[in-house]
Amino acid sequence: MTTMYTPDHEWINIEDHEAATVGITQHAQDALGDVVFVDLPEVGRSFKKGEVAGVVESVKAAADIYMPVAGEIVEVNEALRADPSLANSDPLGEGWFFKVHVTNMAEFDQLMDAPAYDLLVKKG
Amino acid sequence: MSAIELLKTPLHALHLELGAKMVPFAGYEMPVNYPGGIIHEHRHCRESAALFDVSHMGQVRLVGEESARALESLVPVDVCDLAVGRQRYAFFTNPHGGILDDLMITRRETDLLLVVNASRKQDDLRHLVTHIGQRCHVQPMPERALLALQGPRAAAVLARLNGGVAALVFMTGGRFALDGIDCFVTRSGYTGEDGFEISVPTEQAETLARALLRQPEVAPAGLGARDTLRLEAGLCLYGHDIDETTTPVEAGLTWAIQKVRRAGGARAGGYPGAPAIDAQLSQGPAVKRVGLVGLERVPVREGAKLFDAQGGALGRVTSGTLAPTVNQPVAMAYLAADHALPGHEVQADVRGRRLPMRVAPMPFAPHRYHRA
Repeated sequence: MTTMYTPDHEWINIEDHEAATVGITQHAQDALGDVVFVDLPEVGRSFKKGEVAGVVESVKAAADIYMPVAGEIVEVNEALRADPSLANSDPLGEGWFFKVHVTNMAEFDQLMDAPAYDLLVKKG
Repeated sequence: MSAIELLKTPLHALHLELGAKMVPFAGYEMPVNYPGGIIHEHRHCRESAALFDVSHMGQVRLVGEESARALESLVPVDVCDLAVGRQRYAFFTNPHGGILDDLMITRRETDLLLVVNASRKQDDLRHLVTHIGQRCHVQPMPERALLALQGPRAAAVLARLNGGVAALVFMTGGRFALDGIDCFVTRSGYTGEDGFEISVPTEQAETLARALLRQPEVAPAGLGARDTLRLEAGLCLYGHDIDETTTPVEAGLTWAIQKVRRAGGARAGGYPGAPAIDAQLSQGPAVKRVGLVGLERVPVREGAKLFDAQGGALGRVTSGTLAPTVNQPVAMAYLAADHALPGHEVQADVRGRRLPMRVAPMPFAPHRYHRA
């Protein structure tokens, strides 16, 4: 498994643990509706697991983006900042939020895999 | 958590069939948007015609010779002089001049038709029955649904079902058969666009909605778009931009208080809070509802605190969003009268950041009503 999920509906792909990619799930973008604004963290800033690292806002609501794991931000998606609707059209691809240097792999392993996350979404 | 049984409008099954996302609103399960999303629905309304289910709103008729005089004892609005077929915006006031609810009044041949907010309808009914139930019959109309067809193509669409509606102008209404269904239609709405509100028997509401949705210009729109559209149009949402603590004068709704009901008028006062409202009319209110436009592309929402350049507290935002048509953050707020000046810059606190906003005239998107 290289992609894991949080109960707060973020995903993290760890193919490169020095620059693991974080975004919001299909379910999250669907629940939010049309995304009109993203607040992305500063590159170089470190966060603990569970800290608020960003904000995603749709027409109707604002939601926090929580750090799936501890780490330092190494890159943010400037294309998403310029066109927040990428979070709707391609949440698992072009609509990624930021990349993080993961320091503690154990935190990653504790997250949900795809079947576990799908079950969480189905249970509502 | 115990499940609260939500009420359903006669179009509930149709909403589900259309793929609506349903949310609880004022005790009803209502569509917030359909699969196209809020922005798409918003734009469709500005460019073509959108169909809204607003059956959750309260329809009430007042019947009896005295009903207009009686209603004037609860609203600072000229009801007695309202001609048959004419509609007026009004509000119930409390003894302090605060707003208990805002409503539409239409004079019909045999009654006054009131349309009140869903969230307030039980309280409004109690208020009406308690205070004027002795002078007229207060009849709730659960047998009627309410549809809104809004947008620049709405008139052409509705004229296809009955050419007679073309004769209506903004804030007038009449009885029309639409696809053979006996409806009461007013040319009014809550989007800033030309459009109609259609009171229809509940058992025929779905037939009418389907007939309207069959027209190529029409697409369904939910409460999400309804909110962004009304905000761009500078229209107040009860419980947010106006409530029991705000007066019509502070809210900038004095245009709805006709001269005849103001101090010196032939039927001045005589409604709850009249002294407070008359005093504010003559002296000017201490605070005023204003429009704000964000100078950065960050939505500023209800509850955001506002500060002056020196960091002094000014108030808070009562509703706000990133407006789809004007494509900027827009908001409403109450500011001290000396700050409520066009172009005045204030700072909105959003997650600890201070974002500049400028006081701007409303509506943010121009009204396009069909006036006489």
